[in-house]
Amino acid sequence: MKRQLSSLAWAVWQRNLDVFSKTWQVNLIPPAIEPVLYLLALGFGVGAFITDIEGVPYIRFIAPALFAVSVMNASFFECTYGSYVRMYYQKTFDAIVATPVTIEEVIAGEILWGATRSLISAGIILPVLVLFGVVDLPGSLLLVPFAFAAGLLFASIGMCFTAVIPNIESINYPAFLFITPMFLFSGTFFPLDLLPPPLQAAALAVLPLAHVVNVARALTLSTGWGFLLLGLLWIGIAAPILFFFALRLMKRRLIV
Amino acid sequence: MREVIRAENLEKRFGDFAAVKGVTFSVAEGEAFGFLGPNGAGKTTTMRMVQCVSPRSGGHLEVLGMDPATDAREIKALLGVVPQEDNLDPELTGYENLRTYARYFGVAKDVAEERIARLLAFVEMEKKKDVIIEHLSGGMKRRLVLARALVNDPRILVLDEPTTGLDPQARHLIWDQLQGLQAEGRTIVLTTHYMEEAERLCDRLVIMDHGGVLIEGSPADLIDQTIGRQVLEAEAVPAVLSCLDRHGLRYDLVGRSVLVPTDDPAQMTGTLLHECGSIKLATRPTTLEDVFLKLTGRRLRE
Repeated sequence: MKRQLSSLAWAVWQRNLDVFSKTWQVNLIPPAIEPVLYLLALGFGVGAFITDIEGVPYIRFIAPALFAVSVMNASFFECTYGSYVRMYYQKTFDAIVATPVTIEEVIAGEILWGATRSLISAGIILPVLVLFGVVDLPGSLLLVPFAFAAGLLFASIGMCFTAVIPNIESINYPAFLFITPMFLFSGTFFPLDLLPPPLQAAALAVLPLAHVVNVARALTLSTGWGFLLLGLLWIGIAAPILFFFALRLMKRRLIV
Repeated sequence: MREVIRAENLEKRFGDFAAVKGVTFSVAEGEAFGFLGPNGAGKTTTMRMVQCVSPRSGGHLEVLGMDPATDAREIKALLGVVPQEDNLDPELTGYENLRTYARYFGVAKDVAEERIARLLAFVEMEKKKDVIIEHLSGGMKRRLVLARALVNDPRILVLDEPTTGLDPQARHLIWDQLQGLQAEGRTIVLTTHYMEEAERLCDRLVIMDHGGVLIEGSPADLIDQTIGRQVLEAEAVPAVLSCLDRHGLRYDLVGRSVLVPTDDPAQMTGTLLHECGSIKLATRPTTLEDVFLKLTGRRLRE
């Protein structure tokens, strides 16, 4: 068997970057505003009723969660809506596989691009969080490379859904039945240990966001190193598996 | 002449459905080879196997001496593909589309720049090269797709219905360009359901239907073999048909007309007018369309 994965995947990544750069104003400003709104509403609004959680002010507790959620959304929706439009409506993948680029490289390039979207989101949100003074420095700077790793994870998950859904409306299933519950129950707005122990274990077993939140929180609060290690381990195992699973599913869908 | 594509008993199945059933053909270097057939005949499926984007289910296939099943990347590096649907990147300009595509082939940057400038001139798109694709007409997009298919300086150009949906001016421009490319020594393989296009461009062609090849040859050969050079066309009224039957003349019923092939139209006209009374008839040269309709029937294809 010849090698199906080469650096040509970066040519696909470059194509997406070129398109993104054309409309960067639309692409950069809204994602920067959303976490600020959450920070204001939840940090100052809800936070006023909560003295502190685990010894830290509420706004400092949710700051890493907001970071994690925007990293998740950036890559997940890039590799669902974005990739689906390119695959189905624009026939971009068909155009690319007519060249020496393989389908595996197309999907790898898409996932790398999804992760890059997470990286870009991180680059926008981190200064906001620093400005609000709710994250520790310099540890929080590690959030930037971590965003890329977390982005690979969520991009791969998104791509798996893209490979199996019959039409673009079906993205609602993972969006509302997977992303929304994860948004609420991953130790984002309240600590995971408030859940009954079996649910807590279940959350850590199957909710990728829970681990991303744990790692991000350890970095911004400089505490909880055990969870950080567990999270990195979980992501380090899950991301490559899901990456290759996405490649396989997409190949099954597109090579007929 | 050297063979650049060879297919023997090529097959493609989708589950229980056989889209291509035992197709055999070969394309020589430098020739223009056409696939004609109604919708669903298996033309596009055959082309997709040649392009190495759809694995064959059976039979033998060789492109430029290599096997698509194992050497897809190497083969694709030498092909230029114009797909049925325009799939340019709509948010990018014409120039950016070509630059992006050149990267997929790993064309070095300076080589690509020089080649893109030449190709944009070739398809007469220099003035519009910085316009976003969304704002271009169908003919302009088609020309850009053709230019894009040439960024890797391909040996074989594969075109799936290259002029469908274009106005006559745009179509003639594309034809001229394709003939120019063939004159440079490139092999051209195309599908079409325009007979005029096939007659004008193809040195040889096959007519396909229901997943198989019905006939193969040059346009002139096909006409000779199937019908003959000239036909008399008359109204298919019972008086005419019974008269033709009475005189044992061979004819084809095509809708409301009856076609009588002949090598001597003047004599045949005289015979018919003399024997069958006052009927309306006309003589004309046979076209590929007559061959096509005779072989594939007139029933509408979905």
